[in-house]
Amino acid sequence: MSTLDWLYPPLATMSAKEAIATDGFSPAGPVPMHIPDGFLSTPVALLMWIVAVIGVAYALWRVNRELDERQVPLMGVMAAAIFAGQMLNFSVTGGTSGHLVGAALAAIVLGPWAAVLVMTCVVGTQALLFQDGGLLALGANIVNMALVGVAVGYAVYRTVRKLAGDKNWGLFAGGFAAGWLSIVIAALLCALQLAISGTSPANIAVPAMGGIHMLIGIGEGLITAGALAFLYAARRDLLMAGKAQVSVSRGLWMGGLAIAIVLAVLSPLASSHPDGLEWVAEQQGFIEAAREAPYQLIPDYVFPGIPNEAVATIVAGIFGALIVFAVTYLIAAARHRRESLRTR
Amino acid sequence: MHIHPLDAYRFGESPLHRLDARVKLSLVLLFILCVSLTPTGAWPAYVFLFTLVLSVAAASELGLTYALKRSFLVLPFLFAALPLLVTTRGSVLAEVSLGGWSLEVTAPGLERFLSIALKSWLAVQMAVLLTATTPLPDILVAMRALGVPRLLVAILGLMWRYIFVLADEALRKMRAREARSASAGGKGGGTITWRARVAGQMVGSLFLRGYDRSERIYHAMLARGYDGTVRSLPLKPLSSTERVVLGTGIAILFSLLLLTHFLG
Repeated sequence: MSTLDWLYPPLATMSAKEAIATDGFSPAGPVPMHIPDGFLSTPVALLMWIVAVIGVAYALWRVNRELDERQVPLMGVMAAAIFAGQMLNFSVTGGTSGHLVGAALAAIVLGPWAAVLVMTCVVGTQALLFQDGGLLALGANIVNMALVGVAVGYAVYRTVRKLAGDKNWGLFAGGFAAGWLSIVIAALLCALQLAISGTSPANIAVPAMGGIHMLIGIGEGLITAGALAFLYAARRDLLMAGKAQVSVSRGLWMGGLAIAIVLAVLSPLASSHPDGLEWVAEQQGFIEAAREAPYQLIPDYVFPGIPNEAVATIVAGIFGALIVFAVTYLIAAARHRRESLRTR
Repeated sequence: MHIHPLDAYRFGESPLHRLDARVKLSLVLLFILCVSLTPTGAWPAYVFLFTLVLSVAAASELGLTYALKRSFLVLPFLFAALPLLVTTRGSVLAEVSLGGWSLEVTAPGLERFLSIALKSWLAVQMAVLLTATTPLPDILVAMRALGVPRLLVAILGLMWRYIFVLADEALRKMRAREARSASAGGKGGGTITWRARVAGQMVGSLFLRGYDRSERIYHAMLARGYDGTVRSLPLKPLSSTERVVLGTGIAILFSLLLLTHFLG
């Protein structure tokens, strides 16, 4: 842990664990989620920047419309609070610790569009201050943690709340599931970006990132649920305020679910058919362009010697998560239908 | 400016410190784009880019090893690229047997892995030099000049002002927890879920304090005439020296790209 002293000399006064929590990557995962520069191919990095700019611009417009002049102090201080909240950790075992990314918590308490802005500021500041994530890769990091993390967290929370009806357990179960899945889906997207960039083969990156973050996500889920429990006890009105936005954010709710489902299906597919990405590229005809380019967009990768069964167990885990999620969603849909029948 | 361990800025009077933040930010972004566009295995280009990093480090007067020390940050992420060593097709360099599997390290695989490692290392060093020689408020002004929406810059600016306050708050909470629960350094007390719930409650209370604080700040701003418009000082035009620095930097990076793509 003394290595952190020279990584963050100014933080040497804190304990090693605090310093780890501050820099945003957890020692529990040898594969952190903030992608540094150099790991994404230029086309992937630029494409992610375009997506990030569109998403953040839309969020700015929405927040501007809903919050008016309150937004600058609220967003600024809440971004600082999330940043500081990421320092709070708890020890798991053997020197590893769990801590917060905060996308789901921000989405639940502040509403999705404000959360997108808050998380964008957090991720951007981490890149600028600590080189925690690259600048060219910042677009991808914003997409993963600020856009997809928030959308998935928000959608899952809303789904579970719907499922629980008026009961309190929905708040905590929803918070846990939102925190957990927002981390896992963001990690899967990160793995896909690395795979498309040719940095990490899909059949290794997806199960590895997915598997590790299924564990890391538990910490996120527990902290999110704990924070919601505190807010429920201290300022119930804040959590109930979120209910007012129900009609406004239905599109995002569905969008977040769609992102979660598509990524949960796509990633295991990409990893069980490592040539799948290449196949898509071939179908789309841009593989020729990729081959002619001085840098390779999609390199050939095969993994000799690794029996697929070893990987298959982890893939099965991802599929398991997907099935659980699908069942939850179906129950929610059925319940919704029942309720709408009853009110008719 | 408040001096705080979170602030990456290192005070100095070097030419790099004095250079306009707009020039620095645009050149660093272009440098990172240039590094990203450099093809795999273009070793001479990497050497040249490294000399650029070294000369900028020399101009920063922070010591040549300052950026080097802080650049090992990307090391953990290299795990993600490690499989490339054995998954790229090509002539076999070495065979590693790992618990029953025998993995073949190939020459193109090694080349790709080293290229990714070097590129990310070069990029992060330049970013370290930018943040060490430029106060964040100046970077924010530069971001506005480069077209980042005013509102986002204002939010970032406010975040920067309160990060220290809330980080202190978070550290105080952790100190309080450590003082109250036995052996927090080791396994800590209670079950994992209990520890997680405590951390969650700390996050919740931090969140709430932030929320209340933002409300007080909002009222303070209203009292001082804030009407929702984000006003900022007009940007001063770049001096001729600054323009020359910017132009030279762009020319060097562009010719490097041309050279590596047509000669390499």
